[in-house]
Amino acid sequence: MGEEGKKDDADYKRLQTFPLVRHSDMPEEMRVETMELCVTACEKYSNNNESAAKMIKETMDKKFGSSWHVVIGEGFGFEITHEVKNLLYLYFGGTLAVCVWKCS
Amino acid sequence: MAPKTAARRMSGIPQPTARTTRKRDEDTGPDVGEGADEWTQAKTLLKPPDQLELTEAELKQEFTRILTANNPHAPQNIVRFSFKEGTYKPISFVDQLAVHFSLVGNMIPKDSDEGRRQNYRAEMTSESSQEDMEVQPSEAEGGEGGEGGKEGEPKEAESQGEVLAAEEVAEGEAEVEVEEVITPKKPTERKLTNQFNFNERASQTFNSPLRDRECQMEPPPRATFSATANQWEIYDAYMYELEKQEKTKEMEKSKGPVAKKTGMRTRRKMTSLESQSDDITKVTQAAKIVERMVNQNTYDDIAQDFKYYEDAADEYRDQEGTLLPLWKFQYDKAKRLAVTALCWNPRYKDLFAVGHGSYDFMKQNRGMLLLYTLKNPSFPEYIFSSECGIMCLDMHVNHPYLVAVGYYDGNVAIYNLKKPQSQPSYKSSAKLGKHSEPVWQVRWQKDDMDNNLNFFSVSSDGRIVSWTLVKNELMHTDIIKLNVEGTTTEGPEELNVYTIGCGTAFDFHKQIDYLFLVGTEEGKIYKCSKTYSSQFLDTFEAHNMAVDAVTWNPYHSKVFMSCSSDWTVKIWDHTIKKPMFVYDLNSAVGDIAWAPYSSTVFAAVTTDGKAHVFDLVINKYEAICNQPVVAKKKNKITHVQFNAIHPIIIVGDDRGQVTCLKLSPNLRKMPKDYQLGNSGGWNGEGRAEGREIKQGAISVGPGEKRNAERDSGKRREGRWLAWLSPASQNPTFFLPCPVQRACVPSSGS
Repeated sequence: MGEEGKKDDADYKRLQTFPLVRHSDMPEEMRVETMELCVTACEKYSNNNESAAKMIKETMDKKFGSSWHVVIGEGFGFEITHEVKNLLYLYFGGTLAVCVWKCS
Repeated sequence: MAPKTAARRMSGIPQPTARTTRKRDEDTGPDVGEGADEWTQAKTLLKPPDQLELTEAELKQEFTRILTANNPHAPQNIVRFSFKEGTYKPISFVDQLAVHFSLVGNMIPKDSDEGRRQNYRAEMTSESSQEDMEVQPSEAEGGEGGEGGKEGEPKEAESQGEVLAAEEVAEGEAEVEVEEVITPKKPTERKLTNQFNFNERASQTFNSPLRDRECQMEPPPRATFSATANQWEIYDAYMYELEKQEKTKEMEKSKGPVAKKTGMRTRRKMTSLESQSDDITKVTQAAKIVERMVNQNTYDDIAQDFKYYEDAADEYRDQEGTLLPLWKFQYDKAKRLAVTALCWNPRYKDLFAVGHGSYDFMKQNRGMLLLYTLKNPSFPEYIFSSECGIMCLDMHVNHPYLVAVGYYDGNVAIYNLKKPQSQPSYKSSAKLGKHSEPVWQVRWQKDDMDNNLNFFSVSSDGRIVSWTLVKNELMHTDIIKLNVEGTTTEGPEELNVYTIGCGTAFDFHKQIDYLFLVGTEEGKIYKCSKTYSSQFLDTFEAHNMAVDAVTWNPYHSKVFMSCSSDWTVKIWDHTIKKPMFVYDLNSAVGDIAWAPYSSTVFAAVTTDGKAHVFDLVINKYEAICNQPVVAKKKNKITHVQFNAIHPIIIVGDDRGQVTCLKLSPNLRKMPKDYQLGNSGGWNGEGRAEGREIKQGAISVGPGEKRNAERDSGKRREGRWLAWLSPASQNPTFFLPCPVQRACVPSSGS
């Protein structure tokens, strides 16, 4: 059982490398860009969520104007107020949840 | 007495000044004036004791003295010991400055430290003494007034007055001093207003009114969103996504075969849709239906003719028939390209393929492969254009979407109608052993032992090549090389140089798998076997010019037909070297085709624009239909094909036009159901068959009249013998009764 579990885990990790958008009201183009950015950041700082979030936030500020907020973590709950068309909530890498939104 | 006068002058001058000052400046005047007088009175000339007593002349004597900057007392020859040189050295520069008098003054510059300090101190004191200062002038005035009053008094107390005056002078001096000290700070004080002509005024203007303006923007719309992220939710989401992906994959997989089975037609449409851009594909399905509807309306009369019209004149025309032109198929881009090949689709009976190219050696350019359907005569269903002229094509029986094509440049290719691209799916190349001359015919074969698709091609380069589609690649195998027998020439060093026979047409036997016929440019027809690559089974000296087509009878396994540019059509039994029938059509015969419904009916087309239909049962010497079928006389007909189920033929001309013609009832007489009784005692088919035909061929001449009589007697029933093909158990070939009669004794003997 244990071995199987390990194998499954490995399979799972291997399979779940793609970003899975849970919720987004962004326009298509923006969403794709943000998704790519999230993937890049999470891969670059795979063991430092804070740095990843910082990178995403700063890049988003630069690209789409200021006051972006980013939350990255393995488990959290949230209720946020965001400007419409400016929210992306996705899962990445099988364990991470990334929430990016804009609110000034 | 100059000093005296000078003294007098000196004493005289101050007097008026003293008076004037007294008048002018009353506060100091009287005492000073008195003092001055006193001073002049007491004045005596004082002489220094050592003054020389000089006479007038001596005094007038002038002495000239020149003042220089040199100090006459300065020493001229100072020496100093130089330790450096160890000697005394004179010093050239001597100080010429002599100080005669120096006095330390009590004045200090304003800007100096001390001056500033003094200023500061004075300011401090001035503030405190401001009131005293203001009081002083009135006191002074009072004093003045008092003094003015005293002026007129006698000078009794002159001595007292002197003392007082001295005191006052001292006071005045002190005052002056105080004033001097104060003056520098005065400018810093505000200017005192003149109390006599001073008037204070003020006015107020209106303030410009202020007004508040404000506006509020609608805030950008916001929304709230809440969720909880944790490991199991993420996991579930991913698992769900994976499942979905797998499902879609399966859907795609299962979609393929289902669609293949259920709706080939829709799929066919889909493939054509895919070739166009996405936004158009949405409406193409509907557009296609509408197009067909429009065509149906436009060509309604033709469709009616196709379905129901039968030429009533046939009844009275004594066996002869006519061809009724139906649709004409033309495509703008293929207007100048001759029809070089025609082929009905084996599965979709309304669909046919047209190959366009050129037979003119000098005018070779591009080619086209078009597929038309009878349902839409106005536009091709599929369009493929190629850089090289297409010379032949064939459609696969089991895979009706595969079209094998031979090009003028010697290449062969396979087009897949399912694939939307305009290029062939597979194409031979120079590396893959393509032909070096135009490919004149291609023909699909049964799948080989490994279930690979394969087809044959024949070309002017004398090779007959089998092409096999192995793993998406065309593999070639040379089946036979056409070497003209007896023309081998002995080259040097025992090198045999063969004259190559140029293959122009071939056909494969319907039942005997290995057997096939090859027509050549020299007019010979070779009977070949797929298994022997070096030699021919038989050679027919068939024509004097190039063989244009050779084709086996679909029902009778021994009979084949050939046509040539030497104006003839010949019908052969492959076991006999001489033709059974020879028809001269007075023009080069472009193509021939056996009818699918009767073994005795065939059509031939000639370059003079005529189509000839023969029914050997009815007339063995002349065509029962002989009809020009092209609009212009110039147009040459190049190809003809029978439809498998409908009574129509298509003919193609060298202007790119394909015409569909309906056969009148006389031209499509089906053989009567064969009667077993009539074929009684018939068992040795193979042996007898050959003989029959031989007999038939021989008996053509003498039997002609009788045959014609019988035909005209409209009683054919009893005089036909149905030959039973052991393989198909179907009526295959019918021979007229004279033949049968002739044969009976021979079989009996």
